[in-house]
Amino acid sequence: MNSSYPLIFLILAAVVVVFGFGVVLQSRRKKPTPVIKAAPKKVVAPEPVVEAAPVVEVVVEKKRSFKNVLAGAVSSVLGRGEINDTSWDDLEEALLRADVGVKVAQALLEPLRARVKAKEISTPAELITALQNDMASRLVGTNRELNFDTSIDGPNIWLMVGVNGAGKTTSLGKISAQQVALGRKVLMAAGDTFRAAAGEQLQTWAERSGAEIIRGAEGSDPSSVIFDAVQAANARKFDLVLADTAGRLQNNTNLMEELRKVRRVAEKGAGTVTETLLVIDATTGQNGLSQARLFADATQVTGVVLTKLDGSSKGGIVFAIETELGIPVKLVGLGETMEDLVAFNPTEFVEALCSTT
Amino acid sequence: MFDNLSDRLGGVFKRIRGKGRLTEADVNEMLAEIRTALLEADVNIGVVRDVVERIRVQAVGSKVSEALDPGQQIIKIVNAELVAMLGGETLKISYASQPPTVVLMAGLQGSGKTTSAAKLASWFKAQGRNPLLVGADLQRPAAVEQLKVLGAQLNVPVFSAPGDPVQTAAAGLAEAKRLGRDVLIVDTAGRLAIDTEMMQQVSDISAAVKPDYTFLVVDAMTGQDAVNVAKAFDETLAISGVILSKLDGDARGGAALSVKEVIGKPIAFAATGEKLDAFEQFHPDRMASRILGMGDMLTLIEQAEKVYEKDEAEKAAAKLMEGEFTLDDFLDQLQQLKKMGNLSSMMGMLPGMPKEMKNAQISDDMVKSTEAIIRSMTPEERRKPEIINGSRRQRIATGSGTQIADVNKLVKQFSEMQKMMKRMGGGGKKGGKGGLNPFGGGGMDLAAALGSRPPSR
Repeated sequence: MNSSYPLIFLILAAVVVVFGFGVVLQSRRKKPTPVIKAAPKKVVAPEPVVEAAPVVEVVVEKKRSFKNVLAGAVSSVLGRGEINDTSWDDLEEALLRADVGVKVAQALLEPLRARVKAKEISTPAELITALQNDMASRLVGTNRELNFDTSIDGPNIWLMVGVNGAGKTTSLGKISAQQVALGRKVLMAAGDTFRAAAGEQLQTWAERSGAEIIRGAEGSDPSSVIFDAVQAANARKFDLVLADTAGRLQNNTNLMEELRKVRRVAEKGAGTVTETLLVIDATTGQNGLSQARLFADATQVTGVVLTKLDGSSKGGIVFAIETELGIPVKLVGLGETMEDLVAFNPTEFVEALCSTT
Repeated sequence: MFDNLSDRLGGVFKRIRGKGRLTEADVNEMLAEIRTALLEADVNIGVVRDVVERIRVQAVGSKVSEALDPGQQIIKIVNAELVAMLGGETLKISYASQPPTVVLMAGLQGSGKTTSAAKLASWFKAQGRNPLLVGADLQRPAAVEQLKVLGAQLNVPVFSAPGDPVQTAAAGLAEAKRLGRDVLIVDTAGRLAIDTEMMQQVSDISAAVKPDYTFLVVDAMTGQDAVNVAKAFDETLAISGVILSKLDGDARGGAALSVKEVIGKPIAFAATGEKLDAFEQFHPDRMASRILGMGDMLTLIEQAEKVYEKDEAEKAAAKLMEGEFTLDDFLDQLQQLKKMGNLSSMMGMLPGMPKEMKNAQISDDMVKSTEAIIRSMTPEERRKPEIINGSRRQRIATGSGTQIADVNKLVKQFSEMQKMMKRMGGGGKKGGKGGLNPFGGGGMDLAAALGSRPPSR
């Protein structure tokens, strides 16, 4: 970012507040659009999070709610016998209700309108299939495995980031249980030193999941807690450090700076950050995009964990996050038990979205 | 970031300006923009449909005034509509004739119940009450510990007992009576609205403590599902009001509008920061402009009023208008601003800011180095920065631990700002004596003057 802006602003802010009204300052200089770098794909030994078979069932069952909301709209489209204005309204509403956002919904429907006009698509059933295929094609082909690099010296570090209440600590606990089950030695770093009793909460998860934990004093520097954990993990030959961080709102500059530092300092020692997971609550609306953008900018996010998808919300914002920002959804949280964190299955996600039952 | 409504409508109105009356096609185009703006703010689609219809009724046939920007006219209609929807009856807390007054907190996981419970306790304390917090979230690990730590920070006692949440809550009520506490706040576990078992549990807790107020905690970032959640909780618990959490984020917070509209219960409080006193009663007018992306001027002004002396502000404003604002004054103002909080977040509250500027990051380091540069200048240099030559520049840079380029940049930008302000000052006088009034005509002229003549950067 060009550093002259903030300075102008510093000055302007001083001025503007004195006056107490807004100042429109046109600017010709364009801010470079943030480029989200794809995660370095240096997976040596790809590790599935859980075995495939049970996952499918769970996802199908839990996604029923997702299905239900869209089912109404989709079957009314199908029931109509022809494609008319109401069909489009129904489809758009279904997508909007799932929180995919206006822009994405339009981007999905516009090409279909053209194809209907060109008589490529003529029946409602074809329309639904085409929408389903389009959506699926935007999601497939992404590597969704958690990146565990066996070729590096020292421990792998997986960092959990996200806004307050997204479910970072709980997701970390569940990931820990799964990694321990894979035979890995896991050390948790209680990097949330801000929220009262966050360390205790993580401690409980460490005990439940069979991992060890390094904690710092409440209010201490999260970077140093995580750094210490990495050093300890290296000395004691742990495979994986799971680092929790305090929830923060992405527009809080100082806290985002702190997080940037956490990411930087985590690699100062013996370990390497091989995964930075942004935890997003499925109830999140359009703000999810802002979260993804700013957290990715601060910490090179490599994947999204979509939590609380067992509720009535649809989590459609991750479709926008993945297709617009290229950050893959890796895990989905479907409940409160340790087994309820599963690999994201894009085909099912889309099928559920466009299914009629 | 999303465009605010005024940017959106700007394009539409450029085309229809000069027409005497809005045609139906114009109105439709405009309503489509309003619809998108509301949807991007996460207002529920069903609610959006109703709002848009109501605005249509008001807008069709309304005259396009030549004097007023038609965009502003429509925004006024939309804004008024949203304020009406968000506002209405406000929740007035009255205390039970037989204490304690019981408050029950409920909501989804991670919506902010525990923190809001503590903030609410702090609010009651400020009202001169003696609250007792009860930790009935026995589900989430360490939730009770969290409440205890927060209670200790506030000097508010916290009661909890392991086992059954319903019994814990009931025991909490007995404890409040025993201790003579006059407000009881019961924190409960987060639960999904579709989890019948857990909804039954919270309903049992409610039956056990018979709350005077049941607050649903709703995350300001919630999307379309907010209405379903609110409906389900309201059906189970008869919600008395909503606490909107995490409003210090950059979410537009359309969920507030959806929830208010669907369950018809007032939004009682809003949580606006990490600190325990960052909790205030809800202001519908501010929320409306926020949903529309029009900034949150009122909050900004209120914050400013807290730290600024009126005379002082007027003096500084006058200096600015006359172009007599020196680097010394700037340094003073910067100190005042710092008291108001994070500069970047203040920036976000200013309406009409281009997006790239709203997102401008002003770190503490940047502020510090700016201060260091000014403090390394002599009084004369601060009054007349144009005398700063090569050797002075070198001295200032060395003195402040910065680069010569940084000094140059600051001086250059300061002089640009001065020019700009002088220009604004000229425009403002035309607007009459309202120059210092934030909403006076003067303000509009100034903004227009700036908008039409962008600085040559």
